[in-house]
Amino acid sequence: MTWLADTGALAIECLIAVGKFSVFVGRTIQWLFSRWPRGETLWPNFYQVGVLSLPVVALTGTFIGMVLAVQSYAQFRALGLETRLGALINMSLVRELGPVLAATMLAGRVGSAMSAELGTMRVTEQIDALETMGANPIHYLVVPRFLACIFMIPTLVLMADFMGVVGGYFYSVIVLGIDQHHYWHNSEQFVGNFDVFSGIFKSLFFGGIIALVGCYRGFHCTAGAEGVGRAATNAFVNSFVLILVIDLMLGIVLDSVYHTLWPEGNKLFG
Amino acid sequence: MTEPLSQNSADRPLVEIRDLNVTFGRQPVLRGIRLSIPPGETLAIIGESGCGKTVLLKTIIGLIRPSSGQVLFDGQNLRDLSDQELTRQRIRFGYVFQNAALFDSMTVGQNVAFPMRQHTQASPEEIQRRVLDRLAAVGLSAALVSKKPAELSGGMRKRVGLARALVMKPELVLYDEPTTGLDPIMSDVINELIMRTRLGKAVTSVVVTHDMHTARKVADRVVMLYPLSRLAEGESQIIFEGPPSELDRTRDRRVRQFVQGEAGERLMEMQADGG
Repeated sequence: MTWLADTGALAIECLIAVGKFSVFVGRTIQWLFSRWPRGETLWPNFYQVGVLSLPVVALTGTFIGMVLAVQSYAQFRALGLETRLGALINMSLVRELGPVLAATMLAGRVGSAMSAELGTMRVTEQIDALETMGANPIHYLVVPRFLACIFMIPTLVLMADFMGVVGGYFYSVIVLGIDQHHYWHNSEQFVGNFDVFSGIFKSLFFGGIIALVGCYRGFHCTAGAEGVGRAATNAFVNSFVLILVIDLMLGIVLDSVYHTLWPEGNKLFG
Repeated sequence: MTEPLSQNSADRPLVEIRDLNVTFGRQPVLRGIRLSIPPGETLAIIGESGCGKTVLLKTIIGLIRPSSGQVLFDGQNLRDLSDQELTRQRIRFGYVFQNAALFDSMTVGQNVAFPMRQHTQASPEEIQRRVLDRLAAVGLSAALVSKKPAELSGGMRKRVGLARALVMKPELVLYDEPTTGLDPIMSDVINELIMRTRLGKAVTSVVVTHDMHTARKVADRVVMLYPLSRLAEGESQIIFEGPPSELDRTRDRRVRQFVQGEAGERLMEMQADGG
């Protein structure tokens, strides 16, 4: 019966972790509305999350646009639908790949860094020092990072979308020689404002989860270099899994909203 | 119902610890601690590594929540306070960390100025003046203001930590191993600085240390804690309480052994444990 005890212990552990994370999120929201952070704590985080992530997100977007063209061209050509490639690439980018890949890059670049930085502060007692000096660590450290992720991720998603569209256009039209007029005409016909909105809307949740998981892992870091390393790894893995789960749930919700608002919405095939 | 916050009166202890128990998971660290610290006193808490000295200090300031029992600061149970109220009360504390815990992303000047920038509307000039004043009081030059903590020696870091803890003129200063890792001269400098904080006003201090020279020099009263794992059930964890001069007169072998720094039977025990 050891397996039963082990399963029970694991379930209890998971439940405790969910409870602790919920309390952490609750305290962050409480501080978010009780006092706005000072500019000196806010702007460096905006710069770190927004400006410094821009090049890597743009690069990812460009390559994803081109890869989509490479992977889909043969199948579409076999069906004689290669001019619809623009619709497929741009729709996939703005609805799904732009937000998810921008969030993944952010989780890797920013979420892990937050976790390592706060983890180091935890093990060197700098977080305790903040508390002893009457500065609440959630208000001082977590809220600015949370706000930076929430406000900056839509910009990053727009950049990933734009560069993906450019990359897809370059490979489809310039390299593969698809007719430019039909490429854009089909894109315009199938990709609407709602698609761009849904991608950006989802990204707000991704940004929030990256900051919260990164900071939570840092705050609960165990001692030593190994503890800091583990916190950074766990921050990325946990936030990536949560991004995918939220993406699925919001995808279902937004799809229902779209079909409720536009029952006769555009269909890619027929 | 919590008591209203008030200035402590002379007859009431500034800190009162009632039947304090702290347990981490299944590991009890503090058991049944009762302690009362009157305003203006310097109390040294001594004991071997792992006996719970730092845990007791962190419980006093509310960084660690007691499993049971109470810690009253100026008659107020810190456990009853909300996050915001606790934050406000902590302005009345100063805490000197064992490894200084300076913010490594900030300069020395920004570290010392941090509490003032958090809690006062003082002008940058006023803050700068106070920072230089505090640094001078711990024997550090103005040239260090723009340096990062990583560029300082251990003794300098401790002194910056002390300057930062004292910048808001706290009523209660808690020192966690203030002289550990320092050379004898720098240790004595720190001891002198601890004593100087009492000049001019009645600052209450709690010094956690295993440096007997520090305990004898700065303390009005010494409390010795003993590790729970070495105590019998029901035995008090505080095995000595009295003035430093009593340390040499006590009959308790455990206290004498610690004060004189003798391994005694410990070496045999360790060898037995190691197989």
